[in-house]
Amino acid sequence: MNDSMLKEKGSVAAEAFHVESSQNVKFRISNMDLHYGTFHALKNINMEVPEQMVTAFIGPSGCGKSTLLKSLNRMNDLIPECKITGEILLDGQNIYDPSTDVNLLRKRVGMVFQKPNPFPMSIYDNIAYGPRTHGIRSRAKLDEIVEKSLTDAALFEEVKDDLNKSAMSISGGQQQRLCIARCLAVEPDVILMDEPTSALDPISTSRIEDLVLDLKKQYTIIIVTHNMQQATRISDITAFFLLGDMIEMAPTANLFANPKDRRTENYITGRFG
Amino acid sequence: MKSIDKSNSIRKGSAPPHTGSIAFKFVTYLCAALTIFALASIVIYIFVQGIPNFFFYDESGALHFKSSLFDLKYTTDNVSMFHAILNTVYMTALALLISVPLGVFGGIYLAEYAKPDSKLVKVVRVTSETLAGLPSIIYGLFGMLFFVNAIGWGFSLLAGAFTLAIMVLPVILRQTEESLLSVPRSYREGSLALGAGKLRTTMRIVLPVATPGILAAVLLSIGRIVGETAALIYTSGIVAKVCVSPLDSGRTLAVHLYQLQQEGLHLGEAFAVAVVLLIVVVIMNAVSSKAAKKLSSKG
Amino acid sequence: MRTYFDDQLNQLNREMIQMGSMIEQAIERVCDVLRTHDVEAAKAIVRGDSEIDRKERDIEALCLRLILMQQPVASDLRMVSSALKMITDMERIGDQASDIAEIVSMPIEGEIVEKPAHLLTMGESAAQMVHKAVDAYVSRDVLLAQEVIESDDIVDDLFVQVKEEIQEQIRTSDDPGMQLLDTLMIAKYFERIADHAVNIAEWVEYAVSGIYKGEAL
Repeated sequence: MNDSMLKEKGSVAAEAFHVESSQNVKFRISNMDLHYGTFHALKNINMEVPEQMVTAFIGPSGCGKSTLLKSLNRMNDLIPECKITGEILLDGQNIYDPSTDVNLLRKRVGMVFQKPNPFPMSIYDNIAYGPRTHGIRSRAKLDEIVEKSLTDAALFEEVKDDLNKSAMSISGGQQQRLCIARCLAVEPDVILMDEPTSALDPISTSRIEDLVLDLKKQYTIIIVTHNMQQATRISDITAFFLLGDMIEMAPTANLFANPKDRRTENYITGRFG
Repeated sequence: MKSIDKSNSIRKGSAPPHTGSIAFKFVTYLCAALTIFALASIVIYIFVQGIPNFFFYDESGALHFKSSLFDLKYTTDNVSMFHAILNTVYMTALALLISVPLGVFGGIYLAEYAKPDSKLVKVVRVTSETLAGLPSIIYGLFGMLFFVNAIGWGFSLLAGAFTLAIMVLPVILRQTEESLLSVPRSYREGSLALGAGKLRTTMRIVLPVATPGILAAVLLSIGRIVGETAALIYTSGIVAKVCVSPLDSGRTLAVHLYQLQQEGLHLGEAFAVAVVLLIVVVIMNAVSSKAAKKLSSKG
Repeated sequence: MRTYFDDQLNQLNREMIQMGSMIEQAIERVCDVLRTHDVEAAKAIVRGDSEIDRKERDIEALCLRLILMQQPVASDLRMVSSALKMITDMERIGDQASDIAEIVSMPIEGEIVEKPAHLLTMGESAAQMVHKAVDAYVSRDVLLAQEVIESDDIVDDLFVQVKEEIQEQIRTSDDPGMQLLDTLMIAKYFERIADHAVNIAEWVEYAVSGIYKGEAL
């Protein structure tokens, strides 16, 4: 890895990506900085994430993409040394406003993690956990939600014969789809995915990519990925991060065919990172 | 090309014997055997000495069960142990009733709500570790001075239970904290990300997973409680009567055994008590592990 | 799985078939106007070439996008890369048909000179080859493709014959004018069309079997 390639600035300054007027803006991030103690993890982030599309965050390890993702549903609150300044608007409402109900935020903005993390309960209970948390008690309604979520996550056919089976007994790829179903069960608007297929085999990966392409018709999806080919296969917009800065954000085909910044080009062609 | 001679062979016996591993294997087997032997001999000895005391021969030479040992009332003749059995159960239940909620919720606070590097956590941890190692006679002394005298309960079940509760509290507290901390972070993250608050996450997801560890601590505590003599002699006393009210004084099985031995008149019956004590412990252990299994499999 | 990718491949297939039929139509119409001298029809063919050009650009963009976004390998890669090559030949066929039509559409001075007998035969043979090549692509038929490759000789022989006939006519005629030169050009265009059809057939063979002009690429 050549350090000089890291520091080279592109000949054209990174242009801000604006969502087209025909599209709604789901997240508007303004002048956002994030510090872990003294470490400046995210530097003056400004971005607009469009609704009902797949936006990918790419970049080398430690560039801040996962950190930004976790800020969108305030999972960073769990880390006491984490300080955030600036604004993150979800449909126009600042999610860091003190009057925000964090649990309601997380209901609307769901998350799927890198390593599948089903609860040690039955498949049914895993999916019903979210709805039960938000007040749904009726068995009939829960049955309906469980079936719909599993179907939307392309898992129902495989597990429908025994929903009381422990979630720990199914395969890794199935567990991840279970986690997606669990996320869908609370009816979010947004699904955040943090490298969802990095722990899975190619076939499971392919299944989940198909699922994402399907889900984007209804949900806004933001996916952090190390795998650039995955970004090209499934995302509509891609944002490239480096050392806490967002370098470039553009429609995926444009960014990969003809990146404007030299650093982006160096990263995606594998010259570093 | 090398011919296949003995030095390349992979058959058993081709490699030179490794004396180190053979010796080590022998030593481990020996230690295991000795341990099992030691445990077995205690149990067997107690049973061999104790069981005959449950029976007696009448004038005609027929064998009867000595039910007088389980008479409701203790007399110096029948030295019934029935009261002691009941008192033991009451004592254990009461002590657990006090120490388990305190220990579990205290542990939950330490593991889930306190800041990780807070002074309070450090202090509690050090205190627990120290207390866990104190000899029980000291607890007995404290219990006598505080519960029996200062508060004024006198020798009573209550004083005994509280003293025992303080004795086992550090273990339950510490074990709860450890068990909770060993629950993978990913479960909490998964629950929180669905919009469940901290309380729900802790109670519905984290605690059930930590339960087997906590129950192990409770089991350990039961063992300690049932076997305690010194602390109870000074707090709940040695009255050979069933405790009807918590302020009554009464003896547990272990104390009863101690007394019988001290008096020296009914040594045979003392062994019978030992047998019962052993059986009670086994039953309590079995019940607790069954409960633990059920709780953790229900998820 | 990869249903989106499959959809894109199907779309590529449809576009290729469309372009194939566009060039087939162009050639058949050219053969017609050669017979009928319908100037208006000839002008229509010339205008229609711009659509063929547009189609080539569309398919080219689709192929490049597929390579970028889907990283095809194995038969998928062969399908996409051979399509990229084939459309060049197809577009050239369209151009050549348009050039022939342009010649036909121009006003003729003086008497109409008789065309060499084999010219139309050449035209029909070339049209046949194009038709077979497109068919071979559609049905992924290697044998059909090989037939096209072999029939190149036929058109080449016809070309030689036509040249000889034209030479004869130049010799025997008083004032041949431009017409015979134009006829030679038309014959040359037909020969080129046949060559392009062979190229298409060779790429079809590659797409299906991985073997291009006898070598594994």
